[in-house]
Amino acid sequence: MKGRTISPGKVSGEVLFSPEPIGFYGGVDIKTGRIIEKDHPLHGKCVKDKILVFPCGKGSTVGSYVIYGLKKNGMAPRGIINRETETIVATGVILAGIPCVDKIDIEKLVDAKTVLLDADNAMVEIIKK
Amino acid sequence: MKIEVFFVKTIKYYKCITCLGILCQDLGSRSGMYLTKEEERILEGEMGEVQERMIRLLVRLGDIYGADRMIPVGSVQVAGVSYKSIGDPGLEFLEDIAEKGEKVKVLTYLNPAGMDLEDWKNLGFSEDFARNQLRIIDAFRKMGVVVTSTCTPYLAGNLPRFREHIAWSESSAVSFANSVIGARTNREGGPSALAAAICGKTPNYGLHLWNNRQPQIIVNVDADVNLNFLSDFGALGYFVGKQVRNKIPYFRGIKNADTDQLKALGAAMAASGAVALYHVEGLTPEADLVEKNGLETVEVTKKEIIDTYDRLSTGLEPDIVILGCPHASLREISMLADKLREKTLKKPVWICTSRMIKEAADRMGLVDVIEKAGGKVVADTCMVVSPIEDMGFKTTGVNSGKAANYLPGFCKQNVVFANIDRLIEVQTS
Repeated sequence: MKGRTISPGKVSGEVLFSPEPIGFYGGVDIKTGRIIEKDHPLHGKCVKDKILVFPCGKGSTVGSYVIYGLKKNGMAPRGIINRETETIVATGVILAGIPCVDKIDIEKLVDAKTVLLDADNAMVEIIKK
Repeated sequence: MKIEVFFVKTIKYYKCITCLGILCQDLGSRSGMYLTKEEERILEGEMGEVQERMIRLLVRLGDIYGADRMIPVGSVQVAGVSYKSIGDPGLEFLEDIAEKGEKVKVLTYLNPAGMDLEDWKNLGFSEDFARNQLRIIDAFRKMGVVVTSTCTPYLAGNLPRFREHIAWSESSAVSFANSVIGARTNREGGPSALAAAICGKTPNYGLHLWNNRQPQIIVNVDADVNLNFLSDFGALGYFVGKQVRNKIPYFRGIKNADTDQLKALGAAMAASGAVALYHVEGLTPEADLVEKNGLETVEVTKKEIIDTYDRLSTGLEPDIVILGCPHASLREISMLADKLREKTLKKPVWICTSRMIKEAADRMGLVDVIEKAGGKVVADTCMVVSPIEDMGFKTTGVNSGKAANYLPGFCKQNVVFANIDRLIEVQTS
């Protein structure tokens, strides 16, 4: 699948899929990488080393700094795939240097186990279903 | 002429604006914007990691919003300064950048901090909060940022000219610069403003372009509307902001207004709506130049203003009155001093301002008059970004439409929204 590069880099890893938007500030714990937003479908899951797939960001603009902090604490996702990366997530992944691609039909990744995210070429490839 | 170069650049540019992101994906991680050789080199990392990420951020935002190229900015104002707003994640990010020795390239000012940077102890801010806040300020200082902490940079030595491109953050400052001065800025987030300061540039889109500065709705202010107090302009701004949301309004019927009153009007509109630019017939510099024909019109009468006063007042008796949102001018402080002369306050009155204006007020003896009455002139911070809810206050009296908009949510306060005379009367009786 071809998308648009938000932040470059090439990684592969296990998919963590969220059908709902993610708000990083107040939604993801910066020290543990766990999703702490109540009622979120991924509540309690850890984003560390995952290829995090979600439609778009939401919430406070401080979320950009949370993404940066996750990376610094070694708790960041390995890569991010969005339907539409808005400015909060775009700012965060660029500052943190996390590969990120958007304009991807993420529904096709619901059942994917591992993917290759080649953000240098804006490509996403399913390795294992 | 190097035809290939022209061709490649043209194709690159046209791909982006015509294919709407379908064809230009072939460019991979490259941008659809025209970039200079120097910008390309920074993007390739030749000037180090910080500059590379900062310019990447600007280029991506430019791509998202359809910018054609980068433009130099004359000055920057960075938001995301209060420890209350950005917390540990923001603090650590700023310290990282500062430690890498990166400096800003243009005159850069700061938004208000979470406390008075000098007098915090007397005002009751906690040691813990102060320590973290001062670390943030220190990081900015290391980057060469002027550590001013004000939402009125234009009153404190950062004054852009008409049509100058700038990258400012704070919504009322953005509104004032665009509308009252006629400078050009989008409303930047904290990181994108910092990136503009470090690169000295911003992507060319939105309010940087003349076509996007045209009014979209006419606001007729009825002759029966009283516009005397700052709170009257705050109420008008609050009401209009709710009506027009993110449109550009063109006001008719405001016969006169000084810069303090326009500051109050713009601040309230930017808070209740997302108005980053407005025009006022006969008063603001672009009003005569823009196209006003064929626009829908909304009317504002006395009734709407009275209703807005009621709507914004959620409390009865203020524990504290805080003025200076946006930061007070010398004229506003002088007015407060006149009203407090020979009086004794029973409950506190603060007026927030920038450090520069406080210095001047101090020399004029105005701070002394206000303090003798039991009031305080607070610099560097404001009620919206400081942790007043942790200082025992439950109801705050304000004359600002912007403060009235934010205090219930950000600071868990009940609000008494009234004009300055009414508020002083309540605190002295």
